[in-house]
Amino acid sequence: MEVLLLKCGEIVLKGLNRKAFEDRLLGNIKRRLKHVTPCEVAMRQSIIYVWVEDDSKTDAVLDVVRKIFGIASICRAAVCEKTLEAMQQTAETALAGHIAGAKTFKVETKRGDKRFPMTSIEVSQHIGGEINHKYAHLKPDMHTPDLTIHFEIRDEHAFVHAGPEPGAGGMPVGTNGRAALLLSGGIDSPVAGYMMAKRGLELVGIHFFSYPYTSERAKEKVVELAEIMNPYTGRMPLLVVPFTKIQEAIRDNCPQEIFTLIMRRFMMRIAQKLAEQNQCGALITGESLGQVASQTMPSMAVTGAVCSLPVFRPLIGMDKEEIVQIARKTGTFETSILPYEDCCTVFTPKHPNTKPKLPKILEAEAALDVENLIEEAVSNIEIIITGKRKKDE
Amino acid sequence: MHYLDNAATTRVLPEAAQAALTVMTEGFGNPSSQHRLGIQAGKLLKQSREAIAAALGVQAGEITFTSGGTEAINTAIFGAAYKNRHIGRHIIITAIEHAAVRNAAARLQAEGFTVTALQPDANGQISVDTFADALRNDTVLASIMLVNNEVGTILPVEEMGRLLHSRCPKALFHIDAVQGLFRVPLTPQKWNCQLMSVSGHKIGAPKGIGALYMQKGTNLRPYIVGGGQENGMRSGTEPLPGIAAFAKACRIRSNAMHADNQHIAALHQYLQQQITAELPWAEWNSAEGVPHIANLSFPGCKSEVMLRVLEGDEVYVSAGSACSRGKESPVLKAIGLGKERIDSALRISFAPWNTKEDIDALIAGLKKGAAMLRR
Repeated sequence: MEVLLLKCGEIVLKGLNRKAFEDRLLGNIKRRLKHVTPCEVAMRQSIIYVWVEDDSKTDAVLDVVRKIFGIASICRAAVCEKTLEAMQQTAETALAGHIAGAKTFKVETKRGDKRFPMTSIEVSQHIGGEINHKYAHLKPDMHTPDLTIHFEIRDEHAFVHAGPEPGAGGMPVGTNGRAALLLSGGIDSPVAGYMMAKRGLELVGIHFFSYPYTSERAKEKVVELAEIMNPYTGRMPLLVVPFTKIQEAIRDNCPQEIFTLIMRRFMMRIAQKLAEQNQCGALITGESLGQVASQTMPSMAVTGAVCSLPVFRPLIGMDKEEIVQIARKTGTFETSILPYEDCCTVFTPKHPNTKPKLPKILEAEAALDVENLIEEAVSNIEIIITGKRKKDE
Repeated sequence: MHYLDNAATTRVLPEAAQAALTVMTEGFGNPSSQHRLGIQAGKLLKQSREAIAAALGVQAGEITFTSGGTEAINTAIFGAAYKNRHIGRHIIITAIEHAAVRNAAARLQAEGFTVTALQPDANGQISVDTFADALRNDTVLASIMLVNNEVGTILPVEEMGRLLHSRCPKALFHIDAVQGLFRVPLTPQKWNCQLMSVSGHKIGAPKGIGALYMQKGTNLRPYIVGGGQENGMRSGTEPLPGIAAFAKACRIRSNAMHADNQHIAALHQYLQQQITAELPWAEWNSAEGVPHIANLSFPGCKSEVMLRVLEGDEVYVSAGSACSRGKESPVLKAIGLGKERIDSALRISFAPWNTKEDIDALIAGLKKGAAMLRR
């Protein structure tokens, strides 16, 4: 039988609300494993134990757990009786591959159950000696061994593993509240969402959809991105905002060079409204300083001016290459680069203004019935529950 | 629904679907099996092969079933090139071939063959002179399409075949007839053509079935090996449901061919009249050619946006260019059209079962789209 031992990250530093943090993490783990295989998840002495009933599912469970924020490290351990013979034998079978591939080793023992008749050093010495004797190719090395065989003797069982691997880190999703992510379909916004989920935010995605200027596929692509993000962010509802009428109104009534800025201001206003309706405390965008005309400092001043909620821009100081690296790691990159136009590119002006002045923007916006346009868009949103579709199929 | 994208694929004829269903649920034996069910399947395979051979004007023994046009084309091009590589390594194609031909040729070029891609004139036509000028002593293969899939031009394969045969008697001639089947009479012998590819799903059969005609005596190295089906040319258990459906569609469309083409010509004429009357500013990219393919540009209206305006009214056509951020149409580019015209090109393609109402819906949709997009 196998068990995963998970160490929590930053949450152990929290004071009185630590319990709430731990409960949230446990809940997140249980919820995401529910559809994989039956597991028992329990916490004892700051370690979360995930008991996998069916050993053949451990790989699948591990894949899920690796993506859950709030976990600092993961040990995949075999479970056995608390006798020296059983522990040694389990180490030999469960870590056979490790043993075959290593040239040097050591044994490390933790004895949580002080009733166990030997000290941890005695256990290490005894089993280490036996293994050294049995495997001619293995030499003991106490400083930089290829393999460290860990024994943990707890109240009811002993655990054997080859050491921890790093977890996803960060804080459990939801422990810092909820925020609305503006999700375009490009490379940046999914990465921004990933980064803020890592800081414990639950996400609600907002996508602006300009059919027929953009295709049904562009929307499908955003749904797919949200689904790729789900293992990290947890289930993320996607609010699809009909944006065509607003874009046409801007095109027909405002100067071309500030089209994108006015459009971004509409997006921020609508996002803020939807954020409030959905109990979100902030907006998240994938903006990176200077990347495009609408992401210069003056442009951001103009687009941010319509918001009273805080706007998180986790990518603001990152290079494209660094962003791409995260997108590749999370798996959104391949989908993001599919060539379906998103609503940012349809009416792109040839010479956008990179140093806009607010009064000029306000003057241009005066030609539009801003309130009604927003009201109409907000009241016609489509809500897509992502992460659900695959299970239904 | 007004489906006007029949050069991409067609709806399966109900009779063809029924033929496939019967094979799948009743006569599902493996033609290689020795028992009665297998023998029945073998018989159906033989009859189907005969029906398709008759439609192509060739012998049953000259037909090899494939998974579609692309596999037929790959089998023909690689087979012919490898067979003749000791004689010479020069291949002629056109710049307006389907990607299956262009990319097969590109791979051969990477392997050391020389490829000449003939450039079209402004109408999308390849002149016989261009072809004659490209012939070399070491030319071993020419692969030419019968009908262009984007602008509908009918290429002069007969003259090309005659030239190839007299100047390079050992060279093989492959014709990609995928868009020509039943729209143009196929006469491979008259064209001095040893290899010809066709596909089922352009004529009312399902996707996943095609055929390669190989003139008797043309022995190529098979592309797929295994159990030796299809005379060893294409191993793998014969996909009988598709084959039976393909045969059924061939019988029906073959018998109706004359009437079908008259009907389609009338539709094309009606389209021209309606465009002239309602959207006189549209520009025609297809000049003369098969009547079932029309290609027009609507300047100011990005094709994929127009396509989605039309789909809103259940009118389905094809964008001349796949996507503005993706690749643009190599054919429209090769015939020398500018970016604006390529970006706004639509292909409208008819099946025999389209109606004037389909065109009326198209025209209404185009007018609606133009009102939205042209400013």
